[in-house]
Amino acid sequence: MIADFFFVLFAVMAIGGATAMVFARNPLASLLYLVMAFFALSGIFVLLDAHFIAAVNLIVYAGAILVLFLFVIMLLNLGRTEKSDLRGPLYRIIGIVVAGAFFGLLLVMLRGGHATSMAGGMGQATIDAMLESQGAVGIVAEPMFRSYLVPFEITSLLLLVAIVGAIVLARRKAP
Amino acid sequence: MEAVTGTAFVVATILKTIVFFIILLLGVALSTYMERKVAGFMQDRSGPNRVGPLGLLQVMADGLKFILKEEVTPGTAHKKFFILAPALALFPATVLFGVIPLGSPLPTPWGRVDMIVADVPVGFLYVLAIASLAVYGVVMAGWSSNSKYSFLGGLRGSAQMISYEIGLAMSLVPVLMLAGNVEMPVLVSMQQSFAAGPATYGMWFILPLMLSGFFFIVSGLAETNRVPFDLPEAEAEIVGGYHTEYSSMKFGMFFLGEYFHLITTGALISVFFLGGWDIPFWQGDNIRVLADGTVIGDPTWWKTLLTLVAFTMKTTFFVVFFMFIRWTIPRFRYDQLMDLGWKVFIPALMAYIMLTAIAIFALDAAGVPVGLRFSAALFGLNFVLMLIFLFALDRGRLVMGATARTRAVPGVTAATASEGD
Repeated sequence: MIADFFFVLFAVMAIGGATAMVFARNPLASLLYLVMAFFALSGIFVLLDAHFIAAVNLIVYAGAILVLFLFVIMLLNLGRTEKSDLRGPLYRIIGIVVAGAFFGLLLVMLRGGHATSMAGGMGQATIDAMLESQGAVGIVAEPMFRSYLVPFEITSLLLLVAIVGAIVLARRKAP
Repeated sequence: MEAVTGTAFVVATILKTIVFFIILLLGVALSTYMERKVAGFMQDRSGPNRVGPLGLLQVMADGLKFILKEEVTPGTAHKKFFILAPALALFPATVLFGVIPLGSPLPTPWGRVDMIVADVPVGFLYVLAIASLAVYGVVMAGWSSNSKYSFLGGLRGSAQMISYEIGLAMSLVPVLMLAGNVEMPVLVSMQQSFAAGPATYGMWFILPLMLSGFFFIVSGLAETNRVPFDLPEAEAEIVGGYHTEYSSMKFGMFFLGEYFHLITTGALISVFFLGGWDIPFWQGDNIRVLADGTVIGDPTWWKTLLTLVAFTMKTTFFVVFFMFIRWTIPRFRYDQLMDLGWKVFIPALMAYIMLTAIAIFALDAAGVPVGLRFSAALFGLNFVLMLIFLFALDRGRLVMGATARTRAVPGVTAATASEGD
C-alpha cells in the first residue's frame, strides 16, 4: 500500500522531471530537472530492493556527471534562455517516430511477459534471502568479482584509455 | 526481541524523525553560540554575554534578526535558482543525519525500536551519495547571483568539494575492508567486543586505522568549507564568496547549513572511527542486532539514554575541535589546498589502501583470528605509517624547526632558509 503510493510518486516525479528537462528553455533548469529524474529513479530502485544501484546511480550521475555538466554550463555561461532544440518539422517527426518505437518496444515486452524474466526469474523470496546472506553490496560484488572479473577489468581498461585520450587531446597545442 | 512492525513502525519512524530533527536544530543553535564563545575564549575576551543568562538567548536574538532584516534580491540575479540555492545547501547535511545510528536499540511494549531513522542496507554508500549533492547549493548560489565575486566563490567551492570528496570516500575504504559490511549499525558493532556471536575487532577503528581517521577528519573539515578550508568565502579576496549577494534569512540558511554540516561531519567521524554510541571500557552497552533479527546483549531504556549521551559527547568533541582549528590555523592558499588534495592525499591514500589490504591479507594468511590481536597488529603498522607520513608532510619544518636548520647549515640565515622552501 505504502510501496504503491511511493511508486506512483516516484514514477510521476521521474516522468515529469524527464519531460520538463526536454522542454525547459534554460539549460540550467534542464539540468536540475534531470537531477530530479535521477532522484526519482533511485527511489524506484530502492522500491525494487536494488539499494546498491540506487546509491551508485546518485553517486555517479547526480553527484559526478551532472556536476560536470553544471561546470560546463556555468563556465561557458550558457545559462540564458535559449531557443528550443525542437527546431523544424523534420526533427519533430524523427523524434516522434523514435519515441513511438521505443514505447512500442516497452509495450511488447510488458505484454509478452518479458518484464518478469528480466530479473532472472527470481522471486521476491530469493531476493530477500540473498539480501540477508550477502548484503546489498555483496549481491552485486559476488558475480562482478568472481564470474565476470575479466570483462569488468577490460571495461576499466577502456575507461583508462578514454582518460589518457582526453589528456592527450587537452595538451595538444593548437596548430 | 522483535523489531517493531506495521503501524507501530510508521509511528516510531515519524516520532524519531521529529525528535532527532528537533535535537539537531537545537544542536545547531547551540553550536553557533558555542562558536562565538570559543572564539572569545581563544582571543581572551568574553564572547556574547548580554542577552539572557550567560548570553544563551543570543541565538534567539540572532534568529529574530535574520528574519526581520530586509530581504534583497539583486535585479540581475536568476531569481528561481537564487531562491532554490539556500534550500539545496541545507538539504544534504540534514538528510545525512537519517542514517546515523545514535544509540543502542530501545525496547518498548510494541517491540524493539532502533535508534536510527532509516537503517538502509547501503548506509555508507548513502552517505557518499548525499554528500556528493552538497556541491549543488554552493554552485547554484554562486552562479545565480550573477556577480563576479559570488561566481568565483562558487567555482572555488565546487572544485574544492569535488577534490576532497575523493579523499573522503577513499579514506573509508580501509574501514570497509576491515568491517566487511557497509551497514552503519554493523560498523558500530564491529568496534565493540562480544562474548558470543560473530567475531569483532573490539577496538575503535581510530586505533587500527589511525591514518584513515586522520585523512577522514581533514577531508571532512574541507567538505564543511570552514577555516582553514574556507577559500569559497575568503572575505579578503572575494568579499563573501558564493553568498555575497544573499541577505536576511536566505543568508541565514547558508549559515545554518554550515553548522548542520559541522555536526553531521562530527557524527560521521564518531560512527566510523570512535565506535559510534559505544561507551569505552564497559561491556554492558554492547548490543548487536544480527541480520536474522536475533539480538546479542540486553537492551534497556537507560542504556539507550547512556549511549545517546556518549554519542552526543563524541560529536560535540569534534565540533569543538573544529572550532579550535578555526581560531588557530590561518587559511590555505588556493594552490596549496589543491596540492594537498590531489598530490598528497589521493596518492597517499592509494598507497595506504594497498598496504592495509596486504596487511589484512597477510594476517588472514597467518591464521590470526579477527579480534584484539588482529587489530593490535594493524595498530602497530598504522603507528609506524602515521609517523612516516607526518614526518614526510612536515618536511623538517616543525620537528626540526627553522632555527635548528639555520644552525645545521653554516652560512644560511633564517631569512634565506625560508626563501628556499
